[in-house]
Amino acid sequence: MLVFQAKKQLGEFAIKASFNCDSGATALFGPSGSGKTSIINMIAGLLEPDRGRIVLEGEPLFDDAARIVVPAWRRRIGCVFQEGRLFPHFTVRRNLDYGRWMGGHTADSAAFDHVVELLNIGHLLDRRPGKLSGGERQRVAVGRALLMRPRLLLLDEPLASLDAARKHDILPYLERLRDEARVPIIYVSHNAAEIKRIASHVVRIEDGKVVATGTAELLDAGQVDMLA
Amino acid sequence: MLELSPQDWTAVQLSLRVAAVSTLVALPFGIAIAMLLARKDFWGKTLLDAIVHLPLVLPPVVTGYLLLISFGRRAPVGAFLADHFGIVFSFRWTGAALACGVMAFPLMVRAIRLSIEAVDRRLEDAAETLGANPAWTFATVTLPLALPGVIAGMMLAFARALGEFGATITFVSNIPGETQTISAAIYTLTQVPGGDADALKLVIVAVIISFAALLASEWFARRAAARLHGA
Repeated sequence: MLVFQAKKQLGEFAIKASFNCDSGATALFGPSGSGKTSIINMIAGLLEPDRGRIVLEGEPLFDDAARIVVPAWRRRIGCVFQEGRLFPHFTVRRNLDYGRWMGGHTADSAAFDHVVELLNIGHLLDRRPGKLSGGERQRVAVGRALLMRPRLLLLDEPLASLDAARKHDILPYLERLRDEARVPIIYVSHNAAEIKRIASHVVRIEDGKVVATGTAELLDAGQVDMLA
Repeated sequence: MLELSPQDWTAVQLSLRVAAVSTLVALPFGIAIAMLLARKDFWGKTLLDAIVHLPLVLPPVVTGYLLLISFGRRAPVGAFLADHFGIVFSFRWTGAALACGVMAFPLMVRAIRLSIEAVDRRLEDAAETLGANPAWTFATVTLPLALPGVIAGMMLAFARALGEFGATITFVSNIPGETQTISAAIYTLTQVPGGDADALKLVIVAVIISFAALLASEWFARRAAARLHGA
């Protein structure tokens, strides 16, 4: 379980949000520029809040009162970014293996094979990211985040850079991921249809603030103009 | 046609040694300073940047003189290094390498810094979320991606060291077999009546070495770039 309570001033824009995420998939939903990515970066440890606390499974990752700031590389939170961010100088195999390598764990070929099979990326292992399609790249990025054995998985608009057809190719993989990998997921998107398929719980963000939390039905009650 | 006298041959070998040693020794410092300037904000950054660039704008003779009064046998730094580590620069080839390294340093730092600045920081963020601490992130992501620039920086430094004349001759003089590099040897030959023909041979050697270094660095840079872009 993740507890998020933080304030952050970014120029003119202010984020002041608090919400909790339980096991399963939680969606952060809101229009572009509402601060979703900044919130994700604060959870991942890539952006330091001004005030507040972020607690994962009882362990404080950030607490300004107690002066705790756990650096990103010690948080064990897997991230999948909008643009994939695969390492261009490594093969797909080494990209997938990077988290295990940095964590100093011994190779676990069963886990590796399972993730490769789950995401159907076995035929890509010896290629470099430059030779992958957008959809393939995002699947590898998901695999890379999974194989670091994360305590929490953050997916920040993982489908936003893909066309509609590609999105429909990848959504089933994300659904399998949610059902099979026993890791809580936070899924960021401004697309209601996507969120309905993935997430059970929704936190709605507008202008840096949480305006509503609830089940996926919350999306039906919301304004339709956000679905664009 | 290219039969060099033993003394000229010594000058060629010495030049190569001085240029190679100064480039290799300067490299770790160059990478560290470039990283500092490219990625960190700190008090005195502008000053550090200016100091690093100083040898580029100062007359080389001035740089040589400053080296002489700081790294000479009786000068403060020089005496300290000689007494505690047995490292002597004055009138030795090591002094020529120091002068060349100092003169080449700004070019090296500039090239490496630009290539580090061009590395996508979001990839470094990704590495950190995957458990890489800052040192590992640098070693596995930033440095490999900046490699073409590192090679270019080494090439520029090597070429600059080969051509260095003013600072070297001011700091360690022009002693055949010890501090007389190609440039100094050519200069000496042109000062002697009838030395032009020998000078021309050394000029041709200098052109060949420079050209070979250029081609080699081009080849390495291409290979490095190809690796990055998924060949």
